[in-house]
Amino acid sequence: MRNPPTLLSLTIDSALINFSTISDLSFVPEHILLELFVRTLKAGKLNEKILKLFVATGKEEILSVIESLNIQHILVPVLPTRKLFHDEVDIVIGALQPDLTSFMEQWRPFFSRFHLIIVQDPDLKGELKIPEGFNLNLYTKSDIDKVVGSSSNAISFSGYSCRYFGYLMSRNKYIISIDDDCIPAKNSNGEPIDAISQHIINLTTPATPFFFNTLYDPFCEGADFVRGYPFSLRSGVECGLSCGLWLNLADYDAPTQSLKPDLKNSRYVDAVLTVPARTMLPVSGINISFNNELVGPALLPAFRLAKEGKVRWETVEDIWTGMCVKVVCDHLRLGVKSGLPYVWRQERGNAVESLKKEWEGVKLMEDVVPFFQSVRLSESAVTAEDCVVEIASSVKEHLGPLNPTFAHAAETMVEWIKLWKRLRAN
Amino acid sequence: MATAAPPLKDELDIVIPTIRNLDFLEMWRPFFEPYHLIIVQDGDPTKTIKVPEGFDYELYNRNDINKILGPKSSCISFKDSACRCFGYMVSKKKYIFTIDDDCFVAKDPSGQQINALQQHIKNLLCPSTPLFFNTLYDPFREGADFVRGYPFSLREGVPTAVSHGLWMNIPDYDAPTQLVKPLERNTRYVDAVLTIPKGTLFPMCGMNLAFDRDLIGPAMYFGLMGDGQPIGRYDDMWAGWCIKVICDHLGLGVKTGLPYIWHSKASNPFVNLKKEYNGIFWQEEIIPFFQSATLSKDSTSVQKCYIELAKQVREKLGKIDPYFVKLADAMETWIQAWDELNPPKAN
Repeated sequence: MRNPPTLLSLTIDSALINFSTISDLSFVPEHILLELFVRTLKAGKLNEKILKLFVATGKEEILSVIESLNIQHILVPVLPTRKLFHDEVDIVIGALQPDLTSFMEQWRPFFSRFHLIIVQDPDLKGELKIPEGFNLNLYTKSDIDKVVGSSSNAISFSGYSCRYFGYLMSRNKYIISIDDDCIPAKNSNGEPIDAISQHIINLTTPATPFFFNTLYDPFCEGADFVRGYPFSLRSGVECGLSCGLWLNLADYDAPTQSLKPDLKNSRYVDAVLTVPARTMLPVSGINISFNNELVGPALLPAFRLAKEGKVRWETVEDIWTGMCVKVVCDHLRLGVKSGLPYVWRQERGNAVESLKKEWEGVKLMEDVVPFFQSVRLSESAVTAEDCVVEIASSVKEHLGPLNPTFAHAAETMVEWIKLWKRLRAN
Repeated sequence: MATAAPPLKDELDIVIPTIRNLDFLEMWRPFFEPYHLIIVQDGDPTKTIKVPEGFDYELYNRNDINKILGPKSSCISFKDSACRCFGYMVSKKKYIFTIDDDCFVAKDPSGQQINALQQHIKNLLCPSTPLFFNTLYDPFREGADFVRGYPFSLREGVPTAVSHGLWMNIPDYDAPTQLVKPLERNTRYVDAVLTIPKGTLFPMCGMNLAFDRDLIGPAMYFGLMGDGQPIGRYDDMWAGWCIKVICDHLGLGVKTGLPYIWHSKASNPFVNLKKEYNGIFWQEEIIPFFQSATLSKDSTSVQKCYIELAKQVREKLGKIDPYFVKLADAMETWIQAWDELNPPKAN
């Protein structure tokens, strides 16, 4: 019979996994410190930051081990000129198809540095096929049921909404999400485009929602603010949401695609721009990223159509959510960007078939858009959570009577915030 | 097969302000020759500006402006390209395209020469969408459409009043930026036309601009700049803020993006700094003024809107500097002159 692990070894295991949260090791008794050091080496996790922690303890034995192994600080850091944000980004993928091999392999060059959260559509039976070599957490229906618990009646994470569970689980600052039927697009030289880097750039450079810059993003290389742009507005504001675009199969609704079955988007528009304050837009969930710390609670699964399906033509949940996020950003003086990066969206589904099934979404937009264009939040709403609660109450009052989908959305939004707060409190 | 007639050949005037010469027209000849030109000669009226052979044009120097407008000519700037708006006033056509004399034909990424005029016409002839942002930009362009989530009730769009084009090579920067980045060139071709959303202001550059005179003409006053004025290089900016407020009020659209022209001449940043100096400070107050400007329901025509705006300029901006009182007066003079030269058509 094997000996069960000791408490010490379990503790050291835990420390190894959570090293990023440890900022001081000086209180650790020396023998434990040594054990931790050896195990860190064995796990291949000794990096500059962690080495510094050990050295900072000043403990003799640690220092002599370091010396005897000839471990050296890198004096001239070999760093890229741009900060890579590795440990601040989660890439969240909602898996609506069972075999993610091709998808993940195509994205591997751009995904591999980052932590991934994959959430399997609870309606998708069987085990997901995921290739090796990624740093990822996988969540399935059972995880969702365990975490969400009793409120799983109100919030459905089925279909495209499964990714929101991933957002809920993430503790990172930036989240990037791409549909699983998209692959990297190619630039004019035929090279695959790093959509992840572009999203990170969008999120980490300022947005300019209060005045339109005719040369688009003034912070990108080769551009600037034009003549006539007020100087007081040139520092911009933080970017809350970045909406990317799609080549090949664009995100048209079913009527448009049915009418123009050959309409493919082949135009690469080399620009990122900030969508001005108080201007609403249809946010497509196919290729987005956001600042989880600033707007996380507003990325919510609330607007479920009665006959919502497993192709984007049969949903408008992301459009609803996007408008919530825009209202929140406008209120909190954050920016929303649109444009690059592009992804290549593969053919899936049949627009005509979708049209036969689902008209509801298209009709409901007629009420949704004017509502979001006119909703105003109170001064006391200073966080995304506050804003969402106020929007929900306004939805209940003004849209609820029009259609049960709206009333349900309002309820779900409230439940979501409760869930969000509950999970963050732990 | 006969080629189609140039679009809007008899409905569009090309207005060009100049103080030097019009050599640049040679490069534009294939695209501009079918159209009528209105040349507004700034500076010394005794100088003769040679117009290349083959162009159909009318030319106005300062003496002509004074003769035609009499005392009202005080609203037309002197020694500044702002004088071009005189060309808008005397034109009898529906559409105007204005271009600077240091702007040449640009090439698109495939190496093809860009017919800027044709693109402007396309922009003006198809609707704008200021009420909801389309993430694929102009939905009326070939190869694009409205995206999922765009309400069908908004897909008709509104009439386009202004088409604002951009520039490759020398970008339209202000003097401070020019001083800091003297070598920066715009090399990015952004293949998009988009509508500037309702409620959003933008810096309108007059270098490569087209508009529908019937829809917005009277608001295209380029202000009091140049000789005897405390400010310069804000003529087009001023017009841009005015037209946007009015377009938003009247339900008209303003587009920006394509076409690109090639801007060849970088003006002297030190000279520019002197001209722009006051503007840099004043714009901090001017922008909030325009951002919060509202027009009454009774202002149903461009002229009425403009007069109302002029009153507000006098009231609210007059306290910043007496220049704005002069400007408000000039705005009113402009409208009077416009209405005199453009009497409403008899039924």
